[in-house]
Amino acid sequence: MLKKYYIPRLIQYFTVLFIGVTLVFVIPRLLPSNPVEHQLSRMMAQGQYLDPSAIQAIRETLEQLYGLKGGIFEQYVDYFKRLFTGDLGPSFTQFPTPVTTLIRQSLPWTLGLLLASLSISWIVGTVLGGIRVSFPRSKLARLIELLIMGVRPIPYYIVALVLLILFAFLWPIFPMSGGYRMGVKPGFNLPFILDLLRHAFLPILSMVIIEIGGWFLQMRNVASNIVEEDYVVYAEASGLPKAKIIFMYIVRNAIIPQITGFALNIGFIFGGALITEIVFAYPGMGYLLYSAILAGDYNLIMGINIFSIVGVSTAMLIVDLIYPLLDPRVRYQ
Amino acid sequence: MFRVIRDLYRNDGRFAFGFTVLVFFVVISFVSLLSPYDMRAWNAVPRDLRPSSKYPLGTNSIGQDIMWQAMVATKNSLLLGVIAATISRVIAIVVGLLSGYKGGLFDRIVMVLTDSFIILPMFPILILIATILRSSLNMVVLGVVIGLFGWAWDARLFRSQILSLKEREFTRTAVFSGLGTFKIVLTEHLPYIIPLVMSTVINNMIWVIGMEVTLSQLGLSNLNTPTIGTMIYWALQYQAIFLERWNWILTPVTICVALILGLYMLSTSISEYLDPRTRLQMIRKG
Repeated sequence: MLKKYYIPRLIQYFTVLFIGVTLVFVIPRLLPSNPVEHQLSRMMAQGQYLDPSAIQAIRETLEQLYGLKGGIFEQYVDYFKRLFTGDLGPSFTQFPTPVTTLIRQSLPWTLGLLLASLSISWIVGTVLGGIRVSFPRSKLARLIELLIMGVRPIPYYIVALVLLILFAFLWPIFPMSGGYRMGVKPGFNLPFILDLLRHAFLPILSMVIIEIGGWFLQMRNVASNIVEEDYVVYAEASGLPKAKIIFMYIVRNAIIPQITGFALNIGFIFGGALITEIVFAYPGMGYLLYSAILAGDYNLIMGINIFSIVGVSTAMLIVDLIYPLLDPRVRYQ
Repeated sequence: MFRVIRDLYRNDGRFAFGFTVLVFFVVISFVSLLSPYDMRAWNAVPRDLRPSSKYPLGTNSIGQDIMWQAMVATKNSLLLGVIAATISRVIAIVVGLLSGYKGGLFDRIVMVLTDSFIILPMFPILILIATILRSSLNMVVLGVVIGLFGWAWDARLFRSQILSLKEREFTRTAVFSGLGTFKIVLTEHLPYIIPLVMSTVINNMIWVIGMEVTLSQLGLSNLNTPTIGTMIYWALQYQAIFLERWNWILTPVTICVALILGLYMLSTSISEYLDPRTRLQMIRKG
């Protein structure tokens, strides 16, 4: 069990981390325009006059800052050394605040969106998928299926934008942007929590709308195969109550692949959360990323990248590690 | 091929819808080549006109005809989808076929790499690349960049097909008659998975078009080239929502939704058709 299941998972985990982190290291060095020159040309474009020696001095400082000094191998070792100490460098626009501090501030917002949208969409999608299979002739179930499947392929950005136009502008029942209203004092009290929920409602809704589709589809496909299995036919023939067949025979088995789905979709859903935050100016990591792009804060973009890679692959590892508890087939292999 | 399309068109409403939508947008893309305006020019027409007979969808705040703008944007977005999908298909096919056929250590290493690409959050990485490349981004570069990151999932899909194909009799016949790995994979196995490749092309295009829209909103594309994404970008920049210029903002949004829905219906219809079990049901139903 340990050798067959856990060890390969751990190897996969460290490979993903290594590849991801290496990609972030290699990409800026492979591309024709490097961040230092980019930063310099931005400074010049702002109309500052700099004499050549000053430019040289700035260039060297920037190279030091971005870890671009020395041979490529030296840089690589240095880069990993910094990562292991949790040092992602300072943010360039909010100098000298470390990138990690900025990420830590915005992380709870993103995590909140992710957890809320994931759990709601997972439960609703799974239940609806189960209903669809259990009542194949219901017109209502078919209509719901049509709606869910119609929204599924639409990009996060478009869904969020349409919701914003509909419910924050045309019929302004929800705020257009932000995480809480200016002037409301953050704290553990009812007005603040209500305000928090009101601001989070549209972002979460837009994510749920898209994510339901995947869970629904998978549940439907898996469950509709299980319905045809011999043991379900046998259960029906022996006259078990319908509810028992649905919950103990069909749902219990169909739910297992739904857990694996978590692991594979986390990266995609995380990207969706970032996009949603940008549309609603929600103060999480997506918005931080957006402001970093606008300001050309290259170090912050790198930091967010590394953080996302570590976060997503660790989340996936956790799902993988608890999976044997849920699926007896893996346990007794 | 033609007969399959005709049959699907008659028997499957989703295919009929998707196919019609796609043909419509392709025709529009060709018509857009006749555009009377230079799409980069500002103030080519009077600004902020409501729809009229002369400007069927009105004009925008930077003095461009929205109808022609939208047509060119459709063409460019489709083109981008085709470029990126082609590149990622080539990678997916090569990786999937070779690692499926070769097996062993090679397969294991390649699959660990592939899985990493499935798991890694692509969106921030694409942003990192686009930020650095910003000044030299054009349609082709953007297409290549997006294409380089969209192959992993489908490589796995193709590999699983090859795993079953290579156990078949004809593979052994090919090996015994002395064909090399590349020859066997390309001439014996590839034809079997071509229909599957077609269905993934469509799915991939949906992803690419969505990614383009998102990257454009961040200013990470060539904003002078009209695409669905840049049209939305400029509309939002000029506060089209607050000024209620719905003809400007809703045109690209509608096109995007219609195009993606059409492609999606097409792809579900095709992949169901490819599944022999559902095809059997279709035949039974008559």
